[in-house]
Amino acid sequence: MQLTGRVWKYGDNVDTDVIIPARYLNVSTPEELARHCMEGIDPDFASAVQRGDIIVAGENFGCGSSREHAPLAIKESGIACVVAKSFARIFYRNAINIGLPILACAQAVEETEKGDQLTVDLRAGTITNLRTGRTYQTPPFPAFVMGIIQAGGLIPYTRERMANDQ
Amino acid sequence: MGHTLTEKIIAAHLVQGEENVASSAEVWPGDLVEVAVDVVLANDITAPIAIREFETLGVERVFDRDRVVMVADHFAPNKDIKSAEQCLAMRQFARAQGLRHHFDVGRMGIEHVLLPEQGLVAPGDIVVGADSHTCTYGALGAFATGMGSTDIAVAMATGCVWLCVPETIRVVYHGRLRPWVGGKDLILYTIGHIGVSGALYKAIEFAGPVIDDLSMAGRFTMANMAIEAGGKAGLFAVDDRTLAYVDGRVSRPYHVYQADTDATYAQLIEIDVSQIEPQVALPHLPENVCPASQAGEVQIDQVVIGSCTNGRLEDLRVAAELLRGRRVHPDVRCIVIPGSQQVYLEALREGLIEAFIEAGAVVSTPTCGPCLGGHMGVLAAGERAVSTTNRNFRGRMGHPESEVYLAGPAVAAASAVAGHIASPEEVQQCN
Repeated sequence: MQLTGRVWKYGDNVDTDVIIPARYLNVSTPEELARHCMEGIDPDFASAVQRGDIIVAGENFGCGSSREHAPLAIKESGIACVVAKSFARIFYRNAINIGLPILACAQAVEETEKGDQLTVDLRAGTITNLRTGRTYQTPPFPAFVMGIIQAGGLIPYTRERMANDQ
Repeated sequence: MGHTLTEKIIAAHLVQGEENVASSAEVWPGDLVEVAVDVVLANDITAPIAIREFETLGVERVFDRDRVVMVADHFAPNKDIKSAEQCLAMRQFARAQGLRHHFDVGRMGIEHVLLPEQGLVAPGDIVVGADSHTCTYGALGAFATGMGSTDIAVAMATGCVWLCVPETIRVVYHGRLRPWVGGKDLILYTIGHIGVSGALYKAIEFAGPVIDDLSMAGRFTMANMAIEAGGKAGLFAVDDRTLAYVDGRVSRPYHVYQADTDATYAQLIEIDVSQIEPQVALPHLPENVCPASQAGEVQIDQVVIGSCTNGRLEDLRVAAELLRGRRVHPDVRCIVIPGSQQVYLEALREGLIEAFIEAGAVVSTPTCGPCLGGHMGVLAAGERAVSTTNRNFRGRMGHPESEVYLAGPAVAAASAVAGHIASPEEVQQCN
């Protein structure tokens, strides 16, 4: 589970209203949502983002609404991983549940600039900045959460559990 | 060592015998647990994804058709064809599943005003909703928290969710409330104090003599905005006021839990309310709080009075007290949105609606509408609104270059009259 991508950098408290403004919530297909991803904070993002890119942001990423449209839009836009100093809790759950990789690491965020290339190893929980050569270690996910990640999200995880129960 | 209210409620809902689940009847902060839920909620924005994921699961029926609640409130009455299709998808699912509590136009209200009013949430419940302001029900002494649509899909199917037991911050309010200061001012002041991530992943317990005397409407307002401090839930101890509220509404048995006197809190915050003036949160975060009297000369274009935060009868009474016999400033559009059909009807009977219309305000059917820039009051570039809603993020009510100032109903009504952000006293003195 290793990936390398180019960085889009944002600040603290990136809220779900700027990730996907509510005026677009009259649809729920990932493709349509991705067209407006980050529109409230960075109108160029949706047209310039490339598959495999990485979002790096400050504290409390994804604060605000429970709208799963936010991580869905980010995932569908091609973003491979979000690295932030911290995540709002509903966004954290939603990202895990839909299979959008996220990692919390304040130091990596501090020392990363827009356009840097990062290599992220999700299993090892490491982030390497290819410009500076520095590697950062993030705390591992709890085993239960890792189970959801490895199953590919909460729906496949629950389906497996329900099949085992029967 | 004792337990917080949150820990007590979660421990009582543990699903036993599952792997990775604490096996004792006690839980502590940091424990990952699976719990049975009492109520599962979704709305016209979040239900379509939840239904899609529910169908992907391959489950035929929801776990309990009495406990899955769906409310068409965000973009309803349907604002456009796509919204109509989302409401239709929810309606069809509700009918196919035989959901007892599907609220459509004419019977619906803003979900977090509606569910307590209809007696669907009881003290001691665990409630999960695909809406971040689900935390509102903490006012009833329930553990209620917002989640995304996929979590809700699984909860609809299994009646269970996984949770990490949160630490609790206890906020104690002392002193004497000044005139026009209500629950909204207390919670804005508190968020200003601890910040928008001050309670990240944590529960907040609101307590103290000021809370003991606070109306249920004020408690709903405060619990509602726990999420704006990053909180997982915001809870109040159940007292006589709570029991009087649920009496005659809740028809099923429930259990009242209480925090132990020796419970461990992550943080204890004491607030003397005697110095708190009516508050306003400046753009673009709910933590940018100052007294309304010190907001400076901020001209406004719109006022919104309503929402899951402040759309209750008591809120409308406060607004009417200032608007009655006065006129909305000619440069301001004042939009009043009762939180439910019941609130609307009672406001009508009390003469509040008449006072609003005579003052030059418009009164809308219940809807979340403008709060999230959906409809019924979207802002243009450069426009400013004072709103009794809960978020003032960039572009929240419309154009990314518009601005939202959060306040309680008193400041909102006073500002509607003044044409700029005003304290209620300023408007009263103008008479």
